[in-house]
Amino acid sequence: MTHFPILSLITFLPLVGALFIMAVRGDATVVAQNARSVALWTSGVNFLLSLVLWFNFDTATAAFQFEEKAEWMPVFNVTYHMGVDGISMLFVLLTTLLTPVCVLASWDSIKDRVKEYMIAFLVMETMMVGMFCALDMVLFYIFFEGVLLPMFLIIGVWGGPRRVYSAFKFFLYTLAGSVLMLLAMLAMYFDAGTTDVPALMKHAFPVAMQPWLWLAFFASFAVKVPMWPVHTWLPDAHVEAPTAGSVILAGVLLKFGGYGFLRFSLPMFPEATVMFTPLIYTLSIVAVIYTSLVALAQEDMKKLIAYSSVAHMGFVTVGAFTLTVQGIEGAIYQMLSHGVVSAALFLVVGVVYDRMHSREIAAYGGLVHRMPAYSLIFMLFMLASVGLPGTGGFVGEFLVLVGAFQANSWVALFTATGVILGAVYMLFLYRRVIFGKLTKESLMKIADMSPREMAVFAPLVVLVLWMGVYPSSFLDVMHVSVADLLKNFEAARAAAETLAVAAN
Amino acid sequence: MPLAEVPNLVPALPEIFLACAAMVLLMFGVFQKSPNAAEEANTARNIGLVAVTMLVLAVLLVAMVGGTGEASLYAFGGLFVVDPFASFFKVLVLIGSGLTLVVSGDYLKRQGIARFEYPVLVLFAVIGMMMMISANDLISLYLGLEIQSLSLYIIAAFQRETLRSTEAGLKYFVLGSVASGMLLYGSSMVYGFTGTTSFSVLAEMFAGQGGHTPSVGLIFGLVFIVAGLAFKVSAVPFHMWTPDVYEGAPTPVTAFFAVAPKIAGLALFIRVLTGPFGDLVAQWQQIVVLLSIASMVLGAFAAIAQNDIKRLMAYSSIGHVGYALIGLAVGDAAGVRGVMVYMSIYLFMNVGAFACILAMRRGDEMVTQISDLAGLSKTHPLLALGLAVFMFSMAGIPPLAGFFGKLWIFLAAIDAQLYTLAIIGVLSSVVAAFYYLRIVKVMYFDDVEESLDQPVGREISLVVLGTGLIILLFFVYPAPVINGAQAAAAALFAG
Repeated sequence: MTHFPILSLITFLPLVGALFIMAVRGDATVVAQNARSVALWTSGVNFLLSLVLWFNFDTATAAFQFEEKAEWMPVFNVTYHMGVDGISMLFVLLTTLLTPVCVLASWDSIKDRVKEYMIAFLVMETMMVGMFCALDMVLFYIFFEGVLLPMFLIIGVWGGPRRVYSAFKFFLYTLAGSVLMLLAMLAMYFDAGTTDVPALMKHAFPVAMQPWLWLAFFASFAVKVPMWPVHTWLPDAHVEAPTAGSVILAGVLLKFGGYGFLRFSLPMFPEATVMFTPLIYTLSIVAVIYTSLVALAQEDMKKLIAYSSVAHMGFVTVGAFTLTVQGIEGAIYQMLSHGVVSAALFLVVGVVYDRMHSREIAAYGGLVHRMPAYSLIFMLFMLASVGLPGTGGFVGEFLVLVGAFQANSWVALFTATGVILGAVYMLFLYRRVIFGKLTKESLMKIADMSPREMAVFAPLVVLVLWMGVYPSSFLDVMHVSVADLLKNFEAARAAAETLAVAAN
Repeated sequence: MPLAEVPNLVPALPEIFLACAAMVLLMFGVFQKSPNAAEEANTARNIGLVAVTMLVLAVLLVAMVGGTGEASLYAFGGLFVVDPFASFFKVLVLIGSGLTLVVSGDYLKRQGIARFEYPVLVLFAVIGMMMMISANDLISLYLGLEIQSLSLYIIAAFQRETLRSTEAGLKYFVLGSVASGMLLYGSSMVYGFTGTTSFSVLAEMFAGQGGHTPSVGLIFGLVFIVAGLAFKVSAVPFHMWTPDVYEGAPTPVTAFFAVAPKIAGLALFIRVLTGPFGDLVAQWQQIVVLLSIASMVLGAFAAIAQNDIKRLMAYSSIGHVGYALIGLAVGDAAGVRGVMVYMSIYLFMNVGAFACILAMRRGDEMVTQISDLAGLSKTHPLLALGLAVFMFSMAGIPPLAGFFGKLWIFLAAIDAQLYTLAIIGVLSSVVAAFYYLRIVKVMYFDDVEESLDQPVGREISLVVLGTGLIILLFFVYPAPVINGAQAAAAALFAG
């Protein structure tokens, strides 16, 4: 390891910031102000550092880059191994981008216990970045689970009226899913003799063992994605979490599941993956159609967007399991664009929530008359969520559908209905909130967005248009890694088949 | 030629040292004139400090005796053995006892029960535990167990003016005697059917038998011994005494109970089952599996309904014993290594958590309801953070130390293909997470009703800080504990 340990720096810099905030003492308002600026500076610098990753990223190789490796628990053969490839690198960037956005979005809306709030966010950034960079199963698991701690506190301390219920539900659901994954990881260790992810990708697990391992990982990732029917924690958690908490939940935490499928389930258990693909298709299609219909019936803006997230993540799982280049790239792209768009939509809701302290759709109407800038931004992200060409949402959904069509045209057909339903509920939401006559007394004096709020949205607006207009800058990064994933997948399947034939 | 054979007592040096120290302190306490309560508390405080120093010195002695490089040292004609396994557990017991003594001084003084007998009794209990850990014969096992238990019965009833404490002491005494009786009965059966009480001889005897099934009488004896030991570590279904004793005994005593005797009891459990009866693993494995599952499940579910934090900790400790027993059920070096890592971490989590509980005072009265912690994060941010760290760690959430304890246990279970046990274990850990989270919820999500007293005592703050940092930063450098456990477990199975 000769190069600079940039991944460790990006991972642990927020933790340093958190320690710094912890050390701040004195008058409450001064402490709060300092905590805000330290958090903003740390996460901002961290974002700039992560850009270094992008600029120095070699798009011609599928190998892991910026690798770091150190002894950790030699008895168990566990190492501290970090590295990124085309699949994970962009998620690191997404995380480092959304954290400063969240800090900025919470600038005025969080007044209580600001210090602890900022510490929780920075700790969470460490966990999230670490999760995407970890190349050792145990290390991965630690970051994967470690996210629960700050998120539990963020929902529980700064959340809405039913925050306690939601925080517990979120925590216990995800924990119950992931403990089985831990056991599966240990079983894999005894089969392969290592917990190193690149080594495990090359290891051929016995075909008889694969379904069990796959199911254990599925239990964990399906809850995180979340897939129907284990999605019920998500609407609760989203509704009760503070705005920035929802942003991180939708923007990054939901990607853990999709990323996990691509990093573990697909490359390590190819036989089981093929075996369970119909299950994934069925659950995803149910998710896409059912949750879209549920979204249509919501009275609460955040809940509506939460259900739309479940539907969008259904596209991701369909795409990942089409096992085609377009499908997998579409899944990754959909995750990235959903990370930006849904994060932005939660911020959009947060803007009016800060003013009116209501998330009821019925409490609004005719906002376009008082808030033109807000309406424009809302419209942009609403259309991106629908998948309008020219926005990031379109590219992801289109690629997924192309992939699905190659794999199974019925799946493509059913999935495509989700696009239509998505347009229905989003446009319906937009009409009820923005258009119509401004009749409500309480809305007469509502103010348009402040410069700080515009600053929060600016990077997201740029990004969503960029992703829609010139997707190559992102697709190029992932292309080689995805192709390599599929190549290895086919090779592993062919090897297993020869083995099966030889056995007969 | 020497006139008399001088026995080699070096292996028992730490025990002998502690025994002498305890007796000197006892004499000192008895002959010290204490005209008034304040003077008496002062004497108790000084003796407590000396006792802690003695425990620290004993750690050094254990390290010295254990560090000679020999695999196993025997004393008293093979009744007493010192090996890396024993040294490891002795250090844990000494650290646990020392830390609980440190945090107890303030409490005892406030409750008006700061008498010099307390540290002396703790020292005697520690001697008993060290004897248990080093026992290499059913007789020395019983001796150690009784020295420990008699001291524990007394300190459980140490707050003798209150009904609860005396009830706890009496209950513990009666039930403990039954358990000792069972153990003794089992030992006599084993002796009757094999003709020996020595672990070494027993081990050789069964090793020669190969896969041959032993006689029913012997199995009977083994079952009684296991039942007696299960009582001592409070594994379900022999746990009934635990919640009542934990709740009734003075809090520092509860802290001590939750840590040192548990660790010593588990060490003894491991020593007996893997040593003399190691080749009968097929006979006892299913019993231990059952004890383990029952403890984990009951510990997880019964704790949910508790409102008293000491009772909750009692059920939590039952659950933890269940996890430790997974490692024992595996019955090989990896399993024992898992138990050792688990108990090392358990020690610091529990001492820390009880230190936090000891800081729960309101208007100079001790309170133990979970609801009394409401809003602690606003009034005592660091104490709340500490307790939250301990609770998350007990729930086994990474990156805190408790996760690594469970990791090593489950690693052994998966290696031994005890999949059902492992799956029940992880699922009950999710249930258990619920009640640990509830404490965090009360501290962080609820509003302050009535603040607890400020400030927290200096000793308690230091212990919370120290153990908290150990739990929080264990992941940075886990090697010392893991390598120590690895070496000790390997040594247990080598000889």
